[in-house]
Amino acid sequence: MSEVKQLNVVQAINQALHDAMAADPKVLVLGEEVGDKQEGGVMGVTKGLSTAFGERVRSTPISEQAIIGAAIGASLGGYRPVAEIMLMNFIAVPMDMITNHAAKLRFMSGGQTNVPIVIRTMTGVGFSTGGQHSDYLEAWFAHTAGIKVVAPSNPDDAYGLMRAAIEDDDPVLFIENLPTYWTPGPVSFQKVKLGQAKVALEGTDATVVAHSRMVVEALAAAKTLATEGISLEVVDLRTISPWDRATVLASAAKTGRAVVVHEAVKQFGIGAEIAAVIGEELWGKLKAPVQRLGGAFAPVPFSRPLEAAFAPTAADIAAAVRKAVTA
Amino acid sequence: MTSNHPKPDAATLLEIYKRATLIKQNDERIIKMMKAGKLVMPYYSPRGQEIIPSAISVSLDDDDYICTIYRGIHDMLAKGFPLGEMWAELAGKVSGTCKGKGGPMHLTCPSKGMMVTTGIVGSSMPIATGLGWAAKLDGKGRVSVANFGDGAANIGAFHESLNLAALWKLPVIFVCQNNQYAEHTRFADSTLVDKLSTRAAGYGMPGVTVDGNDPDAMFGAAKIAIDRARAGEGPTLIEAVTFRFNGHLLGEAGHYMDKELYAACQAKDPMPKLRARLIAEGIASEADLAATEAGIDAEIEKAVDAAMAAPFPDIVELKRDVFAEEIA
Repeated sequence: MSEVKQLNVVQAINQALHDAMAADPKVLVLGEEVGDKQEGGVMGVTKGLSTAFGERVRSTPISEQAIIGAAIGASLGGYRPVAEIMLMNFIAVPMDMITNHAAKLRFMSGGQTNVPIVIRTMTGVGFSTGGQHSDYLEAWFAHTAGIKVVAPSNPDDAYGLMRAAIEDDDPVLFIENLPTYWTPGPVSFQKVKLGQAKVALEGTDATVVAHSRMVVEALAAAKTLATEGISLEVVDLRTISPWDRATVLASAAKTGRAVVVHEAVKQFGIGAEIAAVIGEELWGKLKAPVQRLGGAFAPVPFSRPLEAAFAPTAADIAAAVRKAVTA
Repeated sequence: MTSNHPKPDAATLLEIYKRATLIKQNDERIIKMMKAGKLVMPYYSPRGQEIIPSAISVSLDDDDYICTIYRGIHDMLAKGFPLGEMWAELAGKVSGTCKGKGGPMHLTCPSKGMMVTTGIVGSSMPIATGLGWAAKLDGKGRVSVANFGDGAANIGAFHESLNLAALWKLPVIFVCQNNQYAEHTRFADSTLVDKLSTRAAGYGMPGVTVDGNDPDAMFGAAKIAIDRARAGEGPTLIEAVTFRFNGHLLGEAGHYMDKELYAACQAKDPMPKLRARLIAEGIASEADLAATEAGIDAEIEKAVDAAMAAPFPDIVELKRDVFAEEIA
């Protein structure tokens, strides 16, 4: 496909899965309710796949350990399974399969085996889903050697990263964001190489490093700041692990100011790693201390005003950038 | 046992003995090396459980998959794990199957179908289930064997795996090697049912409890399950009752062990029993068996010598095999 279409993230991922399954008979899909008999996934991301590809698409019982175990085993047997863990918080259930097995089998076997699976999962604040249905847990996986972590912020990258993740020979955790699922955007149907960030907006005064929905917030902050004469550069990480140091460092070196933003809890979040590396590499070249914005050190609350206060907003990002610029 | 229960013929019985003897003598050599301080590793000896994988593996091909656990060297050797690469791996050498990066708890040899050795109790089952799914999709009659202990039968992964394998009619044989202790806990102190095989009914699959130390019973139960799996009839749970002679972790004090049970099980050591039977039934002479045993010892010695002489992996190996591409 070479033409550009307007699709939302759900449609883009659905198309990526269709295209990947059509391109490679070894690609499988499994997870709770992914089949058309169960309406093609709780949000419809896998709609149509079981009708088109039959036995290669399997709805499973509510058995997260078996889902990931089955994906690992099938991948060891030569397949490329895409396993869905419906919500990111449910990933706590099969953590042994992911961190002790999927991530480590290549190394522990001395490279004799590898686990080319994709684990799709979805999360995010904004729908009052409370403490066990909203968390961003990417730091757990970015801290684990052997698994890649991807989190697109728009439909084009969602398509491109999904195609690349499926073709990748290592396990990939693919994090989807609920509130931005239905935001449309142009999709060019090009694969996006893992490990490469994108400068989503060029600017000169400060850099915001973000991923997933926080990129949307950062772009909104940039609009506000532009009216104040502040030119913001936004770097969309796209791949959290392994992350694109070169692009992030080049941007921070250019602007001299960096703010790292994520929806996940700030304390010990991935922002700490990125901020530390910027500090280590660009010491003496920065015009302001690197700042971090992240979720509150609390479970995600249910009540609307509390939930709204949990994660950074465009206004928070703008305020942090103003602080950096006036430092 | 029904009358049409398959029995090993003379040649198969001798083959079972050979594989079990390799396991036993290899175990003895490992312990000797560890006691001499020449091998340093966590070691979960399979001594006492030799017959189980030996009687199963004679019905498996290299193409068939197995997954096993930290007490799994017997499962690996029975299926033909190359001895030289195993010893090099135990010694942490670069010539080991995993380049010394896995060690005794992560022995892997895909060319012989040995896909995963896990150090996590119960984790062989979900992965073996997935290998069964791959085998079913391939449609070539391949089967997948999940080895685990009685302790693992109480982990959630057991439930999820057996349910999924039954639901999808996967060619998986779940082999619970019930050696009567889960780490330091007696079977009866963690499980109220007498037979773990009764749990199979809860998943709609056949379940059988056999004396894992009896080559006839073990061979027969495995053969039925393997044939069933190959024919596309789905999974089976086999509980193979056995005993581990060297406790949980080699070197432990073993105060938790029931002394009477230990003595009774030692008295029923399956190895001399099978040896005596082969001679009594005229399958092999004393001289034949002595020659076989000496041959195995020589093979082990060769593997040990090569492993000790081999170099350790280069430090750069820390950056390799984390991902497909080397870490910068």
